[in-house]
Amino acid sequence: MTTNGTEPEVPVRIGAVVGGSLSRGLDVRLESARAVEDVKVGTFVTVQGQFNRFFGIVTDLQLESSDPRMASAVAGGGAALAEALSGTTAYSTASVTPMLTMTAGDEGPQPARSMPPHFADAYRASNDDVAAVFGSEDARHIWIGSPLDMEDTRVCLNLEEFVKRSNGVFGKSGSGKSFLTRILLAGILQRNAAINLVFDMHSEYGWQSTSESGYAAKGLKQLFGSRVSVFTLDPASSRRRGASTDYDVVIGFDEIEPDDIAVLASTLHVTDLGVQSCYALERRFGRNWLLEFLHHSQEDLASLADSMAENAGTLGALRRRLSQLQRFGFMSEHSTGGSAVRQVLEHLQDNRHVVLEFGSYGDNITAYLLVANLITRRIHAEYRERTEKALAEGKPQPTPLLITIEEAHRFLDPGVAGQTIFGTIAREMRKYRVTLLVVDQRPSGIDGEVLSQVGTRIVCQLDNDRDVDAVLTGAPGSRELKTVLSRLESQQQSLMFGHALPMPVVVRTRAYDEAFYADMSVPGHGAAPGSASTPSRSDLFG
Amino acid sequence: MPAARPASSPSPSTDPATADPGATTKFGEVVEASVDSVVGQCHTLYGAPPLGTLVRVGASLFAVVDGVSTAALDPGRRVIARGAGLESESDVYAENPQLERLLRTDVTLTVVGHEESGRYFQHLPPLPPRIHTFLYACSGTEVRGFMERSDWTALVLASALPTADDVLAAALREAAPHFGDPRAFLMQACRTIASQLPTDAARLAAIMRRLPLSEGS
Repeated sequence: MTTNGTEPEVPVRIGAVVGGSLSRGLDVRLESARAVEDVKVGTFVTVQGQFNRFFGIVTDLQLESSDPRMASAVAGGGAALAEALSGTTAYSTASVTPMLTMTAGDEGPQPARSMPPHFADAYRASNDDVAAVFGSEDARHIWIGSPLDMEDTRVCLNLEEFVKRSNGVFGKSGSGKSFLTRILLAGILQRNAAINLVFDMHSEYGWQSTSESGYAAKGLKQLFGSRVSVFTLDPASSRRRGASTDYDVVIGFDEIEPDDIAVLASTLHVTDLGVQSCYALERRFGRNWLLEFLHHSQEDLASLADSMAENAGTLGALRRRLSQLQRFGFMSEHSTGGSAVRQVLEHLQDNRHVVLEFGSYGDNITAYLLVANLITRRIHAEYRERTEKALAEGKPQPTPLLITIEEAHRFLDPGVAGQTIFGTIAREMRKYRVTLLVVDQRPSGIDGEVLSQVGTRIVCQLDNDRDVDAVLTGAPGSRELKTVLSRLESQQQSLMFGHALPMPVVVRTRAYDEAFYADMSVPGHGAAPGSASTPSRSDLFG
Repeated sequence: MPAARPASSPSPSTDPATADPGATTKFGEVVEASVDSVVGQCHTLYGAPPLGTLVRVGASLFAVVDGVSTAALDPGRRVIARGAGLESESDVYAENPQLERLLRTDVTLTVVGHEESGRYFQHLPPLPPRIHTFLYACSGTEVRGFMERSDWTALVLASALPTADDVLAAALREAAPHFGDPRAFLMQACRTIASQLPTDAARLAAIMRRLPLSEGS
């Protein structure tokens, strides 16, 4: 999309293809000193072959010389010699990985499986080229940011494709994950691409929160009003922040199942034996096993252990560990009949988006794991049932549900990914129309099998090599992407690749500001009227 | 790019004394010729243009002066010393007016290009010049026209001359003042040479050391 939309841009030639391969990337000899310094890692390049146009991305830059002895020859040669040699004997090449082929008259960009010939001209991609690849903002695409050095160009994410699979937003603390996630959630909400359920660990998505630079960012509730319901585990904290909440979540002890304890095992320091005992306790006491167990005194425990053929020491340790749960204000000894979960489900069924604030419990990973796991397990069962029913009866399937979880490696680490419902969702729930948006700073802690199922990955700056490797696992051209990733700035820049984008792209994330709020206030989407007809939900989701 | 020939096309009768300083100057004629090099004899003793001067051979051939030599006209008769008892070198010539007839100054030229129907070509002509073709030192206009591109440097670099680098540097030094921005001309030529010597940056550096490229020159 050009800014003026009238005059075609003059393509800026940067050089010509002089070698390379499809897997390693094309070597483009840069032809001017200006190009050498202007072309950056991540810059989009088009290469004009004889019959096809190729669209690629700069993944590396090299200084080359045709004379291996040049370094010694130029010692003390002065500025004039350097001037004469640069661009001739000494030159620069850019490695351009061809990503897409744009054949004239074809319906759209296709993955590149061929290469341009020697001496094909390479140009800096114009705004129109980028718009042709990343689409423009419409009912399915949301403007997420601009490519580096192309402030006027919009990179758009296909939300419909995005919510079809689980996705990840990764980046170290302070790299802008939350803002990116807010933009994604708001876009999904505005375009009705899916229903959101957000486990809002740090209470930053539902209601206004303050960024690290002191800038107040509006929450989803403020942007979308009644379409968003804010649930809170910590009403006192929500009141202190002046947040408007819809429902205080109270969870009964009778809602906790041994599976939930299995997930919490590492944070509560419960041993495997202890987890096994939980299943035994459930068999003995039924639904309210946890409370009954916690109410046993030290002396009663011995007889209980005897009658259950369990070790008294194990049960004693287990009771001590589990008693931590009694300290949570949102836990109720009285049966709530699962009302909180039911409320969440009802809101979701009503096509209302739910943000669950954790307030002061956000710092308590046990609370976060427990609640997120417990609620999600029930929703999983419900969605599964509804989808199967819809399939059997030939009715429209439920609106896709996107569950946002933070600190995802806690749910999805290789030890527990097999037990948590999140592991199951990441692996197979696509067919039941429930997907995850995992927000995490330690992707290396996530089970590799789960990570490989992540459709679209949005990666902000990462410092740890293991995290970088983990997040790029299975991505085509991961070696090149690693170079790109290591050059990201610490804020507002991210590398995006995967299912919802035709090719990897480094994006300067759009600002989450008044202009964004204004865009979001338009129901449907922010594109100009008449640009694309807004498909109805049944069109979108069958 | 086609360049117009100078309007005042020189004729063999052009007298150097009355010639326009901007115009071509006849100084000798071809006495030996091959397609890539020419030997010329100057019409006057010591009348050779400086090393590196761009020379037009006849109407259409261009060459640069790669050597100047003066010797006895008759190779069999060696010149003898005549200055014993005389005060100065000029006295030697004054006392022996016959010297002007017994000595000759020769120039050797490396052919660097030719002209055909108004276009300059910076490669060898199809045929060498004929013997007795006149030699002209090129005018500024011709220098600018022919040396607008620097591909001719390849012919000098490729010549078998042991002094090729000096000749090339001299040719560039001679031509530079004819251009509005001499440094830009020299740099453009150096870049061309660099592209012709992709594996020999040291040689380029040696050539460039002979050029007035330092700041302010």
